[in-house]
Amino acid sequence: MATPGALLDVAPTVDRDPIARLVQRRQWTNFAAGSVMFAAAASSIVVTCSIVGILLFESITFFTQTVSPIDFLTDTMWTPQFANPRYGILPLVTGTLVTTFVALSIALPVGTIVAMYLSEFAPHAVRETIKPLLEMLSAVPTIIYGYFALQFMTPLLQKFVPGLPTFNMLSAGIVMGVMIIPYVSSLSEDAMRSVPMLLREGAYAMGANKVHTGFHVVFPAAFSGIASAYVLGVSRAIGETMIVAVSAGMQANLTFDPRQPAETITAYIVQVSQGDLEHGSPGYQSIFAAGITLFAMTLTFNILGHQLRKRFRQAY
Amino acid sequence: MDSLAVIVARRKRQDKLFGALGIACTSLGLIMLVVLLGDLMYQGFGRINWQFLTSFTSRRAGSAGILAAWVGSLAVMCITGLTAVPLGVAAGVYMEEYGRKGRINTIIEVNIANLAGVPSIIYGLMGLGVFITLFDFGRSFLTGGLTLALLILPIVIVATREALRTIPVHVREAAYALGATKWQVVRHHLLPYSLGGITTGVIIAMSRAIGETAPLIAVGAVAYLASLPQPAPFSGEFPFVSFEWIESPFTVLPILMFNWTSRPQADFQSNAAAAGLVLIAITLSLNAIAIFIRYRARRRIKW
Amino acid sequence: MNLAAADEKPVERRIPAIADPAVNGSMTRSPLAYTNNMVEPTRHEHDAPPTPKVTVESLNFFYGAVQALHNLSFVLAENRVTALIGPSGCGKSTFLRCFNRIHDLYPGTRYEGRITLHPSGTNIIDKSVDPIEMRMRIGMVFQKPNPFPKSIFENVAYGLRLKGITNKNELCDRVEIALKSTAIWEEVKHRLHKSAYEMSGGQQQRLCIARTIAAEPEVLLMDEPCSALDPIATGKIEELIRELRKKYAVLIVTHNMQQASRASDYTAFMYLGKIVEFGPTQQIFTNPTVKDTEDYVTGRFG
Repeated sequence: MATPGALLDVAPTVDRDPIARLVQRRQWTNFAAGSVMFAAAASSIVVTCSIVGILLFESITFFTQTVSPIDFLTDTMWTPQFANPRYGILPLVTGTLVTTFVALSIALPVGTIVAMYLSEFAPHAVRETIKPLLEMLSAVPTIIYGYFALQFMTPLLQKFVPGLPTFNMLSAGIVMGVMIIPYVSSLSEDAMRSVPMLLREGAYAMGANKVHTGFHVVFPAAFSGIASAYVLGVSRAIGETMIVAVSAGMQANLTFDPRQPAETITAYIVQVSQGDLEHGSPGYQSIFAAGITLFAMTLTFNILGHQLRKRFRQAY
Repeated sequence: MDSLAVIVARRKRQDKLFGALGIACTSLGLIMLVVLLGDLMYQGFGRINWQFLTSFTSRRAGSAGILAAWVGSLAVMCITGLTAVPLGVAAGVYMEEYGRKGRINTIIEVNIANLAGVPSIIYGLMGLGVFITLFDFGRSFLTGGLTLALLILPIVIVATREALRTIPVHVREAAYALGATKWQVVRHHLLPYSLGGITTGVIIAMSRAIGETAPLIAVGAVAYLASLPQPAPFSGEFPFVSFEWIESPFTVLPILMFNWTSRPQADFQSNAAAAGLVLIAITLSLNAIAIFIRYRARRRIKW
Repeated sequence: MNLAAADEKPVERRIPAIADPAVNGSMTRSPLAYTNNMVEPTRHEHDAPPTPKVTVESLNFFYGAVQALHNLSFVLAENRVTALIGPSGCGKSTFLRCFNRIHDLYPGTRYEGRITLHPSGTNIIDKSVDPIEMRMRIGMVFQKPNPFPKSIFENVAYGLRLKGITNKNELCDRVEIALKSTAIWEEVKHRLHKSAYEMSGGQQQRLCIARTIAAEPEVLLMDEPCSALDPIATGKIEELIRELRKKYAVLIVTHNMQQASRASDYTAFMYLGKIVEFGPTQQIFTNPTVKDTEDYVTGRFG
């Protein structure tokens, strides 16, 4: 019988060196692949930096050479194409806010009701069919919505609102609201679905009906998620371009009346970009100044939304 | 105080009322979709014919077509896809599999979440500032394609990460326990198993890109283009393949539709509706394909 | 130290941890100490005396700041089955997963001490040792069957491909051998290219074992391989484990006391991240020296 020592000597010896070499070569590939992928991930930071960098660079030149930031923020006239141009962003901001307001006053209530209905009332099969169908609304290219606002919604509204001009913020806002419904409903519905059944059962056990449970138990519990849905809706509305560019008009107009035509920040950028822009001209720089205003507005809402989410986050 | 029966009856009525309201609101969305499609059909279907698809645009509405526009959309999508897909998938894999712990990963994550919320027109401004002014790529297919690629990058990254996340940890452990390196686990297992999810995300991202108008206006897409990408990518002479076309001026379908929409003549409005129909047919079929692939992938692999 | 025979000396020389009672104070007796004292289970009488395949010396393991394993010393014998038993959360799986450094996949894990793989003398948990190489040399079977969503053939061939084998004939041969040695060849030979997910749970687990042994590792780790299986499938796996013992050093974590007593030669009882008692299975189950062990194996623990 072999001694343990002898046994150890004949123990299955794996040919070590080829494996070690193989592993070493693989570790190189592994490292190289990892580095490439890291570079790809880091490129997203480069994108952000270029966005912020370009916006800042061009608008700083604009603010030092063409118009002071104070005039930019307080002047009530936006007339870059006039012989004596004035660059007060306020009319563009009101245009953006009014269209956003109209859109949200449709998208938020309707989106929330749809979400509540799908999450708490609708049978499973209905929910599974309706959700993708509704999401198709957000897959439709926005230029088509623009066409729809101008060619369908405005003539329709003109029957109810006498004297409504061809270009108006009301029609643009309503169509934009329809486009945003699925953004709000889909995310809100996800948030409501993730509220544990236990909470609902607590309310039902006390004899609450669906409406009561939905609004007093599910809605507050899911509010953090619903808030993100709202914020997404807001930033979509602020940043939406083609609908307003096509149907709200291209004349800066300081008004809070949605029946009026007015230009939004995004529409201005489109309007100016369509012409031939000389790099370094005030017109060229002005779209970057408009852009940074838009960027700041969406960023503010995103940060606000983040705070809201943090404040209302529920730990189940 | 009301009797219990009265209260219960009132509550039940409340539920019924809200249910009806819910159905009404849901239908509102769907009705809008139907009306929109119907309106486009009504206005534009008559214009769609072979001549419309194979002619260049023209000053006369009746003889104008969308040839340059749809070829342009296709060409821009090639550049966008070839850039955004490798970049986005690699970034997604890195974030999900490689850098899970680090601070850099947190920064990248927050950054991508913010990028996803940046309005598309801002990407156009960035394209104008970086690709045209800084890199001097000109108002070309290349600029348009790259701008859209950066626009959809966050969508591709998020889709990749979500697809990877559905692969259970025990499959990864099985591969690692056999002595696979991280890269081998990614290449042999994670990418093949998440292919369905990633493809779905990529298609949805592409359908978003194909309908984008605003950023391309900012980077100088032209509406009047009476030529295909020049010079032609394939030729009979050596070296047979040429990529110089990426530097030529470009147009895409939504740009042409925008141009036609902003004209006062009714004939051009029907052209716009017809172009919109083609566009919506493309985006909706892309979405349908995506849903189909997701369904197939779910059926094929059950964890 | 009670090694009686002179021919045990080489073992003693190679495994100082076992020779020195001070180091492994928590261990009652070295399993190797029993080799010539006839405590070997009788059914394995024909076996050669055990030799150490892996030795563990004062192993500490941390999840972040939490220490999960405390100063473990342990020997895994070649051609023997060693079982790790103990209540949930005692660190059995954590311990097992140190052997192929699968913990490295997760951030914040840290090892201290030494796990030596014989005969090469490699310290498995040393930072300079490549975990990839260790995992090729030490196979692992998981709690839940975890085949890849690939064909049965590709599942078994995967470990071989990782070892750089590309020859189709060789792959086929070795897949067949592996499937035969896990006794599912007859069941699957007609559907080798069907998805592994079409198999039953028991078949999947045997496939996973085949996948592991196809690559011819030196050690086989099994983390509760039967916990997700029905009794019949469990019986088949246990039978298989007794077969595998002829070729491998097997370390198995189990919750099932009968399984430990049926299938293993040595048993370590773990509690709170420590090895409380370690010895031949028969002795652990019939004549434990520590009260906790006795309580646990008789079901009075708690």
